[in-house]
Amino acid sequence: MSTVLLPPRHYLNDGYGVRSWLLTRDHKRIALLYLAGVTFFFFIGGAMAVLIRLELATPPGDLVTDETYNKLFTMHGVMMVFFFLIPVIPSVLGNFLVPIMIGAKDLAFPKINLLSWYIYVVGGLFTLYALISGGLDTGWTFYTPFSTVASTTNVIPAALGIFITGFSSILTGLNFIVTIHRMRAPGMTWFRMPLFLWSTYATSLINVLGTPVIAITILLVAAERVFHFGFFNPAVGGDPVLFQHLFWFYSHPAVYIMVLPAMGVVSELVAAGCRKPVFGYSFVAFASLAIAVLGFLVWGHHMFVAGESVYSALIFSILSFLVAIPSAVKVFNWTATMYQGAVSWETPMLYAYGFIGLFTIGGLTGLFLAAIGVDVHVTDTYFIIAHFHYIMVGGTIMGYLGGLHYWWPKMSGRLYNEGLAKLSAGIIFIGFNLTFFPQFVVGYLGMPRRYHAYPPEFQVLNVLSSAGASILGVGYLIPMVYLMWSLRYGRLAGSNPWGAVGLEWTTSSPPPTENFTETPRVTWDAYEYPASVETDVA
Amino acid sequence: MPPLFPERASTIAARVDALYFFLLAIAIFFGLLIAGLIVYYAVKFHRRSPSAVGARIHGGMVLEVTWTVVPLLITMVIFVWGASVYFAMAHPPDETLNIYVVGKQWMWKFQHLDGQREINELHVPVGRAVKLITTSEDVIHDFFVPAFRVKADVLPGRYVTIWFQPTRPGRYHLFCAEYCGTRHSGMIGEVVVMEPNEYETWLSGGAAEGSLASAGAKLFQDLACNTCHRPDAQGRGPMLEGLFGKTVTLQSGETVTVDEAYVRESILTPSAKITAGFQPIMPTFQGLVTEEQLLALIEYVKSLQAQPQVTAK
Ligand code: HEC
Ligand SMILES: [Cu+2]
Ligand SMILES: [Cu+2]
Repeated sequence: MSTVLLPPRHYLNDGYGVRSWLLTRDHKRIALLYLAGVTFFFFIGGAMAVLIRLELATPPGDLVTDETYNKLFTMHGVMMVFFFLIPVIPSVLGNFLVPIMIGAKDLAFPKINLLSWYIYVVGGLFTLYALISGGLDTGWTFYTPFSTVASTTNVIPAALGIFITGFSSILTGLNFIVTIHRMRAPGMTWFRMPLFLWSTYATSLINVLGTPVIAITILLVAAERVFHFGFFNPAVGGDPVLFQHLFWFYSHPAVYIMVLPAMGVVSELVAAGCRKPVFGYSFVAFASLAIAVLGFLVWGHHMFVAGESVYSALIFSILSFLVAIPSAVKVFNWTATMYQGAVSWETPMLYAYGFIGLFTIGGLTGLFLAAIGVDVHVTDTYFIIAHFHYIMVGGTIMGYLGGLHYWWPKMSGRLYNEGLAKLSAGIIFIGFNLTFFPQFVVGYLGMPRRYHAYPPEFQVLNVLSSAGASILGVGYLIPMVYLMWSLRYGRLAGSNPWGAVGLEWTTSSPPPTENFTETPRVTWDAYEYPASVETDVA
Repeated sequence: MPPLFPERASTIAARVDALYFFLLAIAIFFGLLIAGLIVYYAVKFHRRSPSAVGARIHGGMVLEVTWTVVPLLITMVIFVWGASVYFAMAHPPDETLNIYVVGKQWMWKFQHLDGQREINELHVPVGRAVKLITTSEDVIHDFFVPAFRVKADVLPGRYVTIWFQPTRPGRYHLFCAEYCGTRHSGMIGEVVVMEPNEYETWLSGGAAEGSLASAGAKLFQDLACNTCHRPDAQGRGPMLEGLFGKTVTLQSGETVTVDEAYVRESILTPSAKITAGFQPIMPTFQGLVTEEQLLALIEYVKSLQAQPQVTAK
């Protein structure tokens, strides 16, 4: 094995000043700016989760007041959904990888890319202001007429923050769509693209088509609050359920905005972890598009008990079952990919295993919710909370962390401590299940969500959940430490530490600002492995 | 040992649980299948040398079709099953004991037809189908009794009906399941299911005020509705006798069935639907009557049937 040296010139040493970062147009640096942003909001949202779980360790509401509790879960939801889960993978990994994976020098609109980050930060600060100056108690779902008539908290600043941030999603989505259409290197046909790009593309479509709807909905809420229009308030002729239609028309697809990119990451992890092509490439690729399209047609499944007519409930139920199929197809294909692979047990692959397992549980419990007769009982209980945390935390965050560990050597040029990484992956997996599995049980027992106090017979399960949350919290802190540490002290990675194929592994780690010294010509399919591979680790 | 499974105290609960167990079986089967395969493959095909590469397998049509079609068929079975349970939940039987429910921040108010009122506690007899006609005074709430496996949002400006048939006497949790503001988790109560004879005793116990319909009759006079709506068809407004449940033709030529929502709308926004053959002279009572008074008026209109009190107890 040859000695590995840092490349003399790369995107990280191409300027050191604050200006070189804050005015950068390099998609890789913008990815790191986003990394800082999403990590910040993740820990704010996480801190609120810790307080929520502490409060719920005992049945009476004794740690914080009911008002504070409501603000805590609202800001937990708002921070995690809008400022972490939605942007995290597209903005960090997507920004870093989309151009490199197609052999381009940058995104189609580098300045707009930087603008997206600024919009994201401004939106985030606005929301943070709402949080610090009194809070918001509507839940992240902003249900009317509570949000427009009854709540006395900072609905408008928070709504404005989310409204603003929406534009960053739209612009990033647009940027990815144009880039993938127009900037692929010679020979990089659609069906040679890594699957991560297919799912990023599908996600971008949802972002561009769906986000305007939530933006308008939020404006209507603000307008009704300020000018007392009767959009949603029945006292002046509005329809409160109309809000739910508009809200979920975006927010159901938003679930796929959060999870599709993670699915894309997992396809990459599984291919590299098994050193073989993803089983059924085109099925996995089209499943992403199918999810994006069908995802727009199932919003009514959030409203089975909200006064929806019997027949629309039936239609939304059957469509919800249909949208489960492409997800199932993906799970089967990933699992089949492992067959006769050269299967690795390194950290990224551990996260992929974790993702597949937890996402499977999340998906299967989704069937309970699509079955209307059962949904009536479990909706608005902890069963729902458990279900979507399996998808969002078990899915999206596992996928994100797996991707971060997989591409970290590319982004930083260095390797992290593998032992610690495996340890924290294990801690996260155990902590996660301990936190959320008991919630399925307590949900079926009937414990409603958003309860500050609860009957004593639910305590044991809640204590388990709170204990799990503290383990999970530790699990999330460890990577912060060893990843930072690796930036300075980690062993040099070399251009291809995993022995993986894909354009990103053909350029140096870290890559030069223009990504490739020479524009690559692609003559091979994605995941085409030679008979044996060489890894270059120092 | 704390409970791990909810009590089952209504006719629908067993049907919900049966489907739940079927789903659980499917989830366990597929969960173990995937987890088992992952662990098995991870061990069996563990990378033995750093340069090893996996087999060049690109896919297989038979497998793809199988794992598309099989889940599709299974989900369609679940769909039909789930829908049939839901149908039963959505359609109350003809003979029901009707009770009105008003949710407000942060309490449940119950109004029995015989006149009893309760707050955060609802008494019902075992073995009879109970129909709740619910509405909210302010924001959206949700009526949830886990032991009955019933739940429905209680909406302002609308009447949502919920029905259940208790099967076991006892006291059961009632929760508000839709977030409704500061004391949402305090918007709880109990449903008390009683043996029929105990229930009769309970009924005859309270309530000096007389039946809900008679309270409505009094309001009908106090609000001077009777100046226009007279039993002899001579008034300036339509005759309300025998109206409830009938179909009314509007000025626009459309027809509507007279239900709770229509009566409510007629009182609050009379101009929205003008009955054919009449002038739009009825004044709005928006802001003049409370949700509970509206319910009394509705119950009074209902009682003006050819045979009074068919649905009442
Ligand atoms: C000034 C006369 C007047 C008064 C007072 C009045 N109404 Fe009416 N009401 C009418 C007229 C005229 C109509 C038919 C035109 C329409 O639909 O607005 C009507 C329609 C209705 C209807 C619909 C009947 C149908 O056949 O479609 C209901 C129910 C009703 N009124 C109930 C009430 C109640 C309850 C009150 C008292 C709170 C009341 N009204 C007071 C004049 C009146
Ligand atoms: Cu949804
Ligand atoms: Cu509530």
